[in-house]
Amino acid sequence: MRTLLSNKFIMLGGAMILAMLLIALFAPLLTVYPYDGLDLANKNQAPSLEHMMGTDPYGRDVWCRVVYGSRVSLMVSFAAVGVAVVCGSVLGIVSGYLKGGFDLAAGRLIDIMMAFPSLLLSMIIGVALGPSTRNMCLSIGIPLIPIFYRVARGAALSVGERTFVIASESMGSGRFRTMFRHVLPNVLPQIFVVLSMGMGGSILAEASLGFLGLGIPQPTPSWGLIVNEGKPYMFTAPWTTGFSGAFIALTIWGFNLLGDGLRDHLDPRV
Amino acid sequence: MSDGGVLLDIRGLRVRFPMRGRGPVCAVNGVDLTLRKGESLGIVGESGCGKSVTFSSVMRLVQSPPAVLEGEILLDGRDVMRMSGAELRRMRGKEIAMIFQEPMTSLNPVMRVGKQIIETLRLHESLSEKQAEEKALEYFQMVEIPDARSRFWCYPHQLSGGLRQRVMIAMALICNPRVLLADEPTTALDVTIQAQILELLGRLRRKNDMSVVLITHDLCVIAQLAERVAVFYAGRVVEEASAGELFANPMHPYTMGLLRCVPTMRTVSRRLDMIEGNIPDPACLPAGCAFHPRCPFAADVCREQAPEKRFFGERRFAACHRAGEVG
Repeated sequence: MRTLLSNKFIMLGGAMILAMLLIALFAPLLTVYPYDGLDLANKNQAPSLEHMMGTDPYGRDVWCRVVYGSRVSLMVSFAAVGVAVVCGSVLGIVSGYLKGGFDLAAGRLIDIMMAFPSLLLSMIIGVALGPSTRNMCLSIGIPLIPIFYRVARGAALSVGERTFVIASESMGSGRFRTMFRHVLPNVLPQIFVVLSMGMGGSILAEASLGFLGLGIPQPTPSWGLIVNEGKPYMFTAPWTTGFSGAFIALTIWGFNLLGDGLRDHLDPRV
Repeated sequence: MSDGGVLLDIRGLRVRFPMRGRGPVCAVNGVDLTLRKGESLGIVGESGCGKSVTFSSVMRLVQSPPAVLEGEILLDGRDVMRMSGAELRRMRGKEIAMIFQEPMTSLNPVMRVGKQIIETLRLHESLSEKQAEEKALEYFQMVEIPDARSRFWCYPHQLSGGLRQRVMIAMALICNPRVLLADEPTTALDVTIQAQILELLGRLRRKNDMSVVLITHDLCVIAQLAERVAVFYAGRVVEEASAGELFANPMHPYTMGLLRCVPTMRTVSRRLDMIEGNIPDPACLPAGCAFHPRCPFAADVCREQAPEKRFFGERRFAACHRAGEVG
């Protein structure tokens, strides 16, 4: 644990993510304006003492929008990665441990999913299911399944050959018990590394969908949506796109740092 | 010690692994072995002679398919080969338990050792967590783990190799199995720990009246623990005898060779003796006796005809055309 905290990447990435989470959690305390309060007289105002990040094309406070947007963006990303981690890891572990027919079938299914560019797949699912927060999570999460599947399967293949797995079978432990008591815990470190990388990807996917207008319906703010709204005024009023874009970048950077740090920490060969 | 009843009876066991693009690897080629109640049987042979595969088959731990298994493995008259998955799970650990060669890797690294034993116990016996913990602790003390109570909640990496092997033994014995298969239990340990572990196994065998199969390539280990010995070569039993007879009067040229390889205090030689050549490729075994290319006594008949067992008393045989003539 001490070595974990002495890793600069983990510390920095962790601190950034923690800060984002706190911002999302305490959003009402950090803002004075409502996130959907239109004030067309004051649109596209530059940052000032009243509006520390300026106002957007509808006169709404950008800081307030970004802070509330973090709630949506982070929540959707966590839920999406949650869906992907559970489905991908379970499928991957079962494939890697049982091998044979199940592995073949699941592997081909995953291949089909990987054949689509992930943003395109997100868009297809998003359009097919219609706009809502739950569908957002699914449309972002499903394209992430192959990442977790592949990591979990590879790790389960190697763990499954280790003596303690055979030993547990030799003591009369059934397949499912062996899989979830012995294989799964030993696969978790690898999954954790991809988990934080996947979070970054998922924030980006959410922002992209929001930017393309396929995200959470208006007026609920999400980071991608804010960037999209500020886009026509990017040169005259860059603060709207700039600050929301910076939050996206910082969060992704934080997750990537954490992921890199965890990988270095867990895998001394790198 | 052995009160006569046959506990485990392996009849004509063959194990083949089909290989893509060439002939199958014949790891076990017709092994017959009997293990009586309370008996300790030593299995010796070089690496790759089929000894581990034979006993993994007894536990049905050999993945089949792809492996092709033939023959009968009778445990108290029930054929292990025909058991269902549920029957196998009931048998494993409860009736036959196994200790593996690598104490470093045979425990789950992310689970506390005590918890692993409790889990194994509760697979077979309906005990509460508390009762299971007590029984497991008792076994920890029985396998002479010093300071058992505090070691109980350690992770495997916090224990030395010798201690881990003791934990494995405790885990294997916790459900009072009638047969213990020890697959090279001491190979990864240093010599002093090796002696302690073997002594412990011997004591526990007598105490629990269980049969032990000791698989090893080390004749010294056999001498310490086994009452009977079966010598494996190329997937066959080439000689079987009581330990005393085997060491005093080996019948098969391969056994003679093996015994000559063991240096004793009286060995006055600059180089250790060895058996020339290598164990044959199990994918293309030589015709006739599998040992003939390396055998100093090989005659024409050895090259053409696989030898039958020649008995020299009950449970004392050598599968060699020239057994009894040479030596």
